[in-house]
Amino acid sequence: MKNLIGLVNGESTLIDNDPWEIAGDPGGFENAESTRYRILPLKVWLEHGKPEQAGVLLDPEDDPTTLADSITSVPLIALQFHSFRDGRAYSQAFLLRERMGFAGELRAAGEVLRDQLAHMRHCGFTSFAVREDKSAEDALKGLTGFDMIYARSVATPEPLFRRRGGNS
Amino acid sequence: MYKYDDYDRELVKARVGQFRDQVERRLSGELTEEEFLPLRLQNGVYLQRHAHMLRVAIPYGTLSSAQLRALATVAERYDRGYGHLTTRQNIQFNWVELEQVPDILEWLADHEMHAIQTSGNCVRNISTDAFAGIARDEVMDPRPLAEILRQWSTVNPEFLFLPRKFKIAIASAEQDRAATRAHDIGLHLYLDEQGSQRLRVIVGGGLGRTPILGQVVREGLSWKDLLSYVEAVLRVYNRHGRRDNKYKARIKILVRSLGLQDFRKEVDQEWEKIRHSSARLAEEEYQRVAGAFYSPDYETLNELDPDLGAWLARDRDFARWFENNTRPHQVSGYVSVVLSTKPGGATAPGDLTAEQMQAVVELADKFGYGELRVAHEQNLVLPDVREKDLYRLWNALTEQSLATPNLGLLTDIIACPGGDYCNLANTRSLPLASAIQERFDDLDYLHDLGELSLNISGCMNACGHHHIGNIGILGVDRNGEEYFQITIGGSKGNESALGKIIGPSVRGEEVVGVVDRLLTTYLDYREVDEPFNEAVQRLGIGPFKEKVYGAPAKIARARS
Repeated sequence: MKNLIGLVNGESTLIDNDPWEIAGDPGGFENAESTRYRILPLKVWLEHGKPEQAGVLLDPEDDPTTLADSITSVPLIALQFHSFRDGRAYSQAFLLRERMGFAGELRAAGEVLRDQLAHMRHCGFTSFAVREDKSAEDALKGLTGFDMIYARSVATPEPLFRRRGGNS
Repeated sequence: MYKYDDYDRELVKARVGQFRDQVERRLSGELTEEEFLPLRLQNGVYLQRHAHMLRVAIPYGTLSSAQLRALATVAERYDRGYGHLTTRQNIQFNWVELEQVPDILEWLADHEMHAIQTSGNCVRNISTDAFAGIARDEVMDPRPLAEILRQWSTVNPEFLFLPRKFKIAIASAEQDRAATRAHDIGLHLYLDEQGSQRLRVIVGGGLGRTPILGQVVREGLSWKDLLSYVEAVLRVYNRHGRRDNKYKARIKILVRSLGLQDFRKEVDQEWEKIRHSSARLAEEEYQRVAGAFYSPDYETLNELDPDLGAWLARDRDFARWFENNTRPHQVSGYVSVVLSTKPGGATAPGDLTAEQMQAVVELADKFGYGELRVAHEQNLVLPDVREKDLYRLWNALTEQSLATPNLGLLTDIIACPGGDYCNLANTRSLPLASAIQERFDDLDYLHDLGELSLNISGCMNACGHHHIGNIGILGVDRNGEEYFQITIGGSKGNESALGKIIGPSVRGEEVVGVVDRLLTTYLDYREVDEPFNEAVQRLGIGPFKEKVYGAPAKIARARS
């Protein structure tokens, strides 16, 4: 995918040669190898017998637990933001990471904008396909600077009150 | 009064910097209005009819005199010399320039204030009893848990883009003064038989187009599970709340469509998985936060002050004000004093001028411990006044038009800003409030009527809480003309109820006459000491309706 930001060892950086593509068209998946680097919508992925090499694209309506059996093998899960004002993917991300233990790449796709990136990172996203009309380089700024929160998050599993260490 | 620590200060400061950058990007065109919208809303900025409005958070309605002084400066420097207290204990400024908002926020941050999440589809200001920590009928001080919730919900990354706004209120007294059943989550803090703090969790309340009173979803929740339980509710709501229609997006609609039992099952399933997580509160954290609320160094005083007794006997106006506008305190020799922002005339309910704010700052320092509260009814409270100072305080408040003895009476009107300011409103609520206050300004009459709430909303969104007013007035547009629908029997607090519509809506100029007839009916039928709302419960709306509509044709009828 183009216009991509990734977290490499925790640092946010522009990713140039990302091989992954979202593939809505079910044609051409005749063998396992042909699904490599394809991100398939959940329905397509299920119809094709959960190909191991493929990534999965979840719509906000989709239930992440559908992926339970494959959670250790699926290499990439992308969550679709049809609108940046639709916050369901944040809860999906929490469930995938915290509840289901997904350890692969979790990518934000769709209406992905600079001012929401820090929230996404908190919820466990590790790559961000910035909306194509926006500059990914500019969007990088959304991941620098202050992002302390009081509550716990995927990225900060202990809430602030457990991190104070009794010295406050 | 809660004292910020370094984390609080750092977060608020950093947030100002972020928003300054976002405003610059909006002004340069880099951000579209659509992209900017949720960012400005989450920083308290609305676009109203004539200007931008900034809503400043007053967490659980508590502020220091220094903070009120800072707000007075905002009113003078950036607005037209006044601010407006809201029903959720915040203050809003109706005439700010977007370009200046970052400077205002920076000024507020310097005084430990902010506008974070006072708007937008996120968890809003946590509201509570204006008399928290001082009310004589209090079980426990709800403020430490309110502050813990405030921290938890501030910039909580999973819940910043909910289907709709989310309001939480917490109360812990015999009388519910925080309208907990009209909130998305209402919390009652109480002590169980073993003396441990427990919470009753009420969910799915809200007014608006579809008014619903919240229902108890869980009893006996340990306070330690507060954050994990609220997290479970919010996760269920975030995932399953409707997003296709903004009028059906509040959690009340989800609770109604699932049914309380199934909703509870969903929440419990989620909660079971997180209740033993790091979100579980610890005693040390409670103590730390409770310790950040410094309590005044009260004097040891007698229960009854002789000076007060003498003034009460000597000055009838003072006695009336004392009777009506003060509330019993936990500490002997002290009372809390409610400053009415509703003297009538041209003053909109909830409005305070910068000059009044400055005067109140001085009074809070002189006759209190430099602390103030904002009440849900859009009034101010001086929480800790010695009885012996009351007469001097009353004189000073009278000079500032803040001593109208109408607390809890008909003219203590709750009203939204209405069509004079708001883009959503289709009628003007303020001129109506003013007309009612003017018509019923006889104090003897008002006191004879007794406790009676009148709430006005300029549109279906119900910001003036008309559904839970004993008399509720809702503005509706009929082919470009302002009409008003009247309800009676609504109530907040322990006897929460939604008002019933008495009949077809009436023209603006007829509302005062209708109110008059409702009151006359009440006075005709009431039994000794029976409050208005009890009379409505006993009689039903029949006699009221008959008096209003049965009377010869003065009332213009409209299709309802």
